[in-house]
Amino acid sequence: MSKRRSDWQSRPQNRVRQWFHNGFLALDDEIINQVTKETLRMDSDSEMDKHQEMLDSHRHERTLALERLDQYNIQAWANTRGRKALSRIYVTISFVLAFVMIFFLLRTVATMPRFSDPNAPTNNEVMARYIEKGLEETGAVNIVAGMILDYRAFDTLGESTVLFIAASAVLILLRIDRRKDGTPVQELIAAESDDRHYEPRSDRILQGSAKVLVPIIFLFGIYIMLNGHLSPGGGFSGGSIVSAGLILYLDSFGFEKAGKFFTYKTFSWVSFLSLSFYAIAKTYSFYCGANGLPSGIPLGTPGAILSSGLILPLNIAVGLVVACTMYIFYALFRKGGL
Amino acid sequence: MFELLYQNIEQTVSVILFGIGLTILLLQRNLIRKIIGLNIMDTAIYLFLASMGFIGGRKAPIVVDGVTEVSAYINPIPAGLVLTGIVVSVSFTAIMLALTVRLYRRYHTLDIDVIALLAKGEDA
Amino acid sequence: MSIVHNFPFFSILLCMAAGIFTSMFKQKLAKWVTFSVVFAVFTLSAFTLALTLRLDASYPFMMGHFPAPWGNEIRIGRLEALMATGFSGVLLLALIAGFHHSPSFVSEQKTNLYCIMVDLALAAILALIYTNDLFTVYVFIEIMTIASCALVVVRQNGHTLVAITRYMIMHLLGSGLLLLGISMLYGITGHLLMQPLNQAVRQIVQTGNYTGPLTVVIALITSALAIKSAMFPFHVWAPDTYAFAPPLSSAILSGLISKAYIFVLIKFFYRVIGMDVIISQNISQFLFICGSSGMILGSVFAISQRDIRKMIAYSSVAQIGYVYMGLGMGSNAGTEAALFQMLVHAVVKSVLFLATYELINVSGDRKRFHYLHGAGYRNVVAGIVFTVASLSMVGFPFTGGFIVKLNLAVSGMAYGGWMRAFVLVALAVSTLLNAVYFLHTVVSIYRRPSQDIVYPSVVKSPWYAMAAMTVSAVVILYLGVGSQPILDIIKEGLKTLI
Repeated sequence: MSKRRSDWQSRPQNRVRQWFHNGFLALDDEIINQVTKETLRMDSDSEMDKHQEMLDSHRHERTLALERLDQYNIQAWANTRGRKALSRIYVTISFVLAFVMIFFLLRTVATMPRFSDPNAPTNNEVMARYIEKGLEETGAVNIVAGMILDYRAFDTLGESTVLFIAASAVLILLRIDRRKDGTPVQELIAAESDDRHYEPRSDRILQGSAKVLVPIIFLFGIYIMLNGHLSPGGGFSGGSIVSAGLILYLDSFGFEKAGKFFTYKTFSWVSFLSLSFYAIAKTYSFYCGANGLPSGIPLGTPGAILSSGLILPLNIAVGLVVACTMYIFYALFRKGGL
Repeated sequence: MFELLYQNIEQTVSVILFGIGLTILLLQRNLIRKIIGLNIMDTAIYLFLASMGFIGGRKAPIVVDGVTEVSAYINPIPAGLVLTGIVVSVSFTAIMLALTVRLYRRYHTLDIDVIALLAKGEDA
Repeated sequence: MSIVHNFPFFSILLCMAAGIFTSMFKQKLAKWVTFSVVFAVFTLSAFTLALTLRLDASYPFMMGHFPAPWGNEIRIGRLEALMATGFSGVLLLALIAGFHHSPSFVSEQKTNLYCIMVDLALAAILALIYTNDLFTVYVFIEIMTIASCALVVVRQNGHTLVAITRYMIMHLLGSGLLLLGISMLYGITGHLLMQPLNQAVRQIVQTGNYTGPLTVVIALITSALAIKSAMFPFHVWAPDTYAFAPPLSSAILSGLISKAYIFVLIKFFYRVIGMDVIISQNISQFLFICGSSGMILGSVFAISQRDIRKMIAYSSVAQIGYVYMGLGMGSNAGTEAALFQMLVHAVVKSVLFLATYELINVSGDRKRFHYLHGAGYRNVVAGIVFTVASLSMVGFPFTGGFIVKLNLAVSGMAYGGWMRAFVLVALAVSTLLNAVYFLHTVVSIYRRPSQDIVYPSVVKSPWYAMAAMTVSAVVILYLGVGSQPILDIIKEGLKTLI
């Protein structure tokens, strides 16, 4: 009872929120104005007025959304006691459910094969052939790479498709398209201004360290990608390291500089080319395999960099897809496009 | 039972983590916390899978000095499965975060119950 | 091995390649590529069906140079070929009938992304139908989940966003359970391919080692697939998602994608575990009870809806209940009825969503029932198609729905005692409830509209869309009159599924 307060507006957390939002909104407006002027370069007054109207409507919508939220919060505060009781029951039931589930799973684990047992059912003829014949049949020193890119390549093709389809889904959700004549829509301007809150403008320390680190990160990622069939690593890990380098570059130098070598077109071409190479190469090898034809791809000497047939080019293709996808995820989250 | 559980300590821990992640995914009303729960859940499964491939005293499945005996290396299959699982979970996390960004831009809150309530008032 | 043996593999890779290539195409070209790929898949699957009808058993197809327990594999039998033909045919009809609405729900620059989703959803459906490997099942189920999420979310209003968030949470839960189940099954058997798994499971049942984990595995995988296919107590995500998605996406989601999950479950039961183990572990009884309660309660929820799209979405939950009831009977006859219901419902539900959208469209985009009065006169074809589909839902003679209910009743009669009575009563009650809301809707679209409502004039849908809908209606009638050959294929196919 003592915790109940009648005046929701005067709660300290709400006051902090109000203060934060007010400051935030003013800054937001300033930046929106600046970006609009920069990107549109208005010539006539009428155009200016039109954009002013659009800006006003955007602001109005935002204020309305915040007001609705406030109203909801006030109502929720008024109904707190009922909600609290309800949520307590809900939490209790769910904890009970979780414990029951954990209990059953623990009972299962207790009867599972022992950890690190050489006689466990998993250590059977499937695994034996991968290890004994893997080097001979795939040419890859790294048996895991040989397994995922040759024995079970269909799964891995599906896996790269998962990444591709996820990138497409995020594009559907977040990409903001320009109008047909190339002018940006209001949403794009808002997103761009939003981004300027967070973009560090010529941060010396960041840029200096990026200049040193980015090439090293790139080299390391490429090394991991190219040595996927010889040592731990491969396309997925190498690609994510390269994308980390790209993201670091973007963070320190901004979209304008990064856009000089990586645009949306780069993304779509690189992922299209590498994925279609993957699909075509694997179609060829599946077709040969199922129909009993020799594939005619030399396996090379195990241990050499140019060995193990298709695994090296496939690792490169996967690495490129992963790097591009991760980078475009980041760019889309930041401002809805490159 | 506790002794058996202690022998399978990796799997025990992973199952407990799975339960925790599942509970967070279902119960937290904040979308970001839900995503964290999802990641805990997925990681628990990878621990579970990875623990299944391990055999004491053997090395990682990368052929060294031309030794290709079964007794020299651990099972490579779980490693491949974990790799696939990680890629899938990255994709799901990205999509969930994108949805969260969309919802936040529209409703300025992350609470899924509040969002559902606010959406109910709109035209279908 | 003749070239026709390769067709299932070609159709999967064709869809995947089309998805990848479509990302580079402009919207018109993307649309045409998608149409022709779906048509090509339909043709290839029909050839495969003709081939498998001549073979006695299903045949394996190596994906790569390595034989069964080492490499990936797909396995093609007549049941798989029939399902692939049916599903790709339904998708083709749905695309022709619904794609011309695409400007109303997806912006021009994103049309090719929508096409990618359709292509890859079809690729995933085909891969799930044909695959013989449990881990491939997991990978392609994830592709399908993401594709259906994106298919819904192309329309970005508050309702779809909230619905799809719910959808994602439930499906992520399902994926987690599925992966945990698969890894436990791998842990106790050491295999991922279905036939060796079956042998290992037989051994487990015989020797009694690891029977506890086996039960948990079956429970985990069954509940994961039940969540993903919207079985009754786990259906919470379904109605909103189906109702607020664009019409074409709802047709694909509730017509095809939920069926693919169920087909995987049937394959898991028959090919991996063995139906006798499923029955002895009481899993089938659980499905039976959930299915029959879904049949009735789904209809009860549907009656209380005021939005026509939500009504149809809830009726989907009820119809999935029929499938699970048939599957839960545990007999081959019940599963055959369930498989036939999957085909019938795929046709009926997809055309029902599209016809409903046409009716809503001529009523000025309003979804309440009193605005729909007279819609059957404003768009005659859509009205007739809607009526035929509704009659099939109710189970009127000479439609596919009637044959389904007949088969379910017959397979229920094979049991004695309470089970028989229960099946018959559940079917009777659910038919009655279906009749209440579907006939009410049919009557209301042919009622005289009230004078005060002004209906705006709208652009008529093109002739090919109407033709595709009419074809679907003819297929529904065909399934009710000449379904015996299909039932025979299902019967023979179920024997070779193992």
